[in-house]
Amino acid sequence: MIREVRTDGGEVEIPEVDSVSGSGVPIRGNDIDTDQIIPARFMKVVTFDGLGEFAFFDLRFDDDDNQKEHPFNEDRFQDSSVMVVNSNFGCGSSREHAPQALMRWGIDAVIGESFAEIFAGNCLALGIPTVTADSETIQELQEWVDANPDGDIDIDVDAETVTYGDTTVDVTVDEAQRKALVEGVWDTTALMKSNAGEVRKKAEELPYVDDAAIPDAE
Amino acid sequence: MSEGTLYDKVWDRHKVTTLPTGQDQLFVGLHLIHEVTSPQAFGMLRERDLEVAFPELTHATVDHIVPTADQSRPYAEDAAEEMMTELEDNVREAGIEFSDPNSGDQGIVHVIGPEQGITQPGKTIVCGDSHTSTHGAFGALAFGIGTSQIRDVLATGTLAFEKQKVRKIQVDGELGEGVEAKDVILEIIRRLGTEGGVGYVYEYAGEAIENLGMEGRMSICNMSIEGGARAGYVNPDETTYEWMKETDYFRDNPEKFDELKPYWESIRSDADAEYDDVVTIDANELEPVVTWGTTPGQGIGIAEEIPAPEDLPEDKRDTARRAQEHMRVDPGETMDGYEIDVTFLGSCTNARLPDLRRAAEIVQGRQVHDDVRAMVVPGSQRVQEAAEAEGLKDIFEDAGFDWRNAGCSMCLGMNEDQLEGDEACASSSNRNFVGRQGSKDGRTILMNPQMVAAAAITGEVTDVRELKEVTTA
Ligand code: SF4
Repeated sequence: MIREVRTDGGEVEIPEVDSVSGSGVPIRGNDIDTDQIIPARFMKVVTFDGLGEFAFFDLRFDDDDNQKEHPFNEDRFQDSSVMVVNSNFGCGSSREHAPQALMRWGIDAVIGESFAEIFAGNCLALGIPTVTADSETIQELQEWVDANPDGDIDIDVDAETVTYGDTTVDVTVDEAQRKALVEGVWDTTALMKSNAGEVRKKAEELPYVDDAAIPDAE
Repeated sequence: MSEGTLYDKVWDRHKVTTLPTGQDQLFVGLHLIHEVTSPQAFGMLRERDLEVAFPELTHATVDHIVPTADQSRPYAEDAAEEMMTELEDNVREAGIEFSDPNSGDQGIVHVIGPEQGITQPGKTIVCGDSHTSTHGAFGALAFGIGTSQIRDVLATGTLAFEKQKVRKIQVDGELGEGVEAKDVILEIIRRLGTEGGVGYVYEYAGEAIENLGMEGRMSICNMSIEGGARAGYVNPDETTYEWMKETDYFRDNPEKFDELKPYWESIRSDADAEYDDVVTIDANELEPVVTWGTTPGQGIGIAEEIPAPEDLPEDKRDTARRAQEHMRVDPGETMDGYEIDVTFLGSCTNARLPDLRRAAEIVQGRQVHDDVRAMVVPGSQRVQEAAEAEGLKDIFEDAGFDWRNAGCSMCLGMNEDQLEGDEACASSSNRNFVGRQGSKDGRTILMNPQMVAAAAITGEVTDVRELKEVTTA
């Protein structure tokens, strides 16, 4: 899947994401917060480029930059693109740096028990599905990934299923997320821009918006 | 589905249309930006050759990386200087007002919006910062967004969003001595869990909430996100209107106040509004709450025992075990007496004037413990100025506190203010995640600002009510 969004005369190509395939990487633990996904000190940047190498940094390296035990450090997971996590993944701050770092490390989709809302929203804005399943299903999948680090996991976003090995399980994809991904409207800027006239009208109706704050119509 | 709540009403007033995804396109009444999450969004705009749609409804400040000691330019740290310059260029080019450090109006984004009166009841307010929920204290619908959404808001003045459920949290009764708004919200998160609010917006109501000033309401709404709720709000009332009247915006435009008040009244939740869920809490039962672990949901009353992981719900046990190891605490102990190396009085949760006043009352006439590094970081330049004018700075400095300039500071350790090694920090901020305060071995204990002051004096987590007894004895 090509996720790089390019400009072409102001037009942006938004790919449809109806399925994602790739080998998995299990990241175990509940409540993994955004400070763990990307520590704040790596956010002193004005672009997201290069954030990939800092994903889970403090969980992956000790003070002397020696590698610690972490799936992202393991050779067998270096080509993985589907992350399998537990509950409340991505809680904490609104930093899009978190999914940006994961995406740049190579993650295309996340399967988990549950996600923090802002994190899931930020993933959607990058075209990364966050699909959910119950804890038993997730645990089995994590174990399977451990045993089959090269095995493909197929996420069918539209049908809300995940297939690995000979197993297919039902998963849940939030309705708006599913539509946005499948119909290729997850990048909402152009879509919303096309309603500029109605937006202007809304602004004029609101009692607190000064007329001077509404720019002249184009 | 909820009906007749402030959330429903403000949503309806701002809904532009329903998008093909089923999400609503919402008009954004105020877009706050800061240096950490906005530069990439401006970059995306440039890439697509788009302009800022409503610069006048956008307001910028600098808070996360700003040094709190020497603020002369260029900043000592190159990365900080680069981020600041980038923000300056972006706002200049787009014609966005900027409360920069030279303006006297700079501060943490969630402190300055309310101060300047641009945070108002019935507005939709967004910012690339999860604690935007703070502004809900005014009866605004306010939530944090990611950088791609910042791009959306910059480019269109709107946001694609799904409507959520509304949970009313009714806090009855009265808060006791030494117990504050902060304890109410820590208690709520502890009871409902850090995920309890996912999919919900919290409406805080009841006597204990109504009796709070705006600052206390802000402390509560601020931490809605720690409870998993994207937004939290309090219905506007006379307390809100009194605050609004005193802000720059309405002092300069008194006729605007009369014009807008009917709107503010109209968006209050109806008496017979329907909620998706209601939770009741008795304020009389609360004592000061402190955290023992590494999520804001791991809190206990100061006299209560730290729970054994086995006694917690199954999905919480692992996190609890890891947290107890990190914090080096054992089940059955209380947090009372836990040794402290650093105290941080600051952040958008608790660094407003009344917070500093209450802490100063505890500090007055006492000395910071020899083994403690104690700092006060006012939430904004205005708070700082007011605190200095009424002598609070002197009280803190005489006691041995380090009095610094406004910013986020050690709340997240993006500037030079950081924990070192495994230091334990009594903090008035909102997050005790591992690594949050700049050191991955650092230990953060969240508590109310009076409790932070007490810890600075005794060098350990202390029930502030005991110090008060001494003061009055
Ligand atoms: S004070 Fe802390 S929580 Fe508040 S905006 Fe700054 S970093 Fe975020």
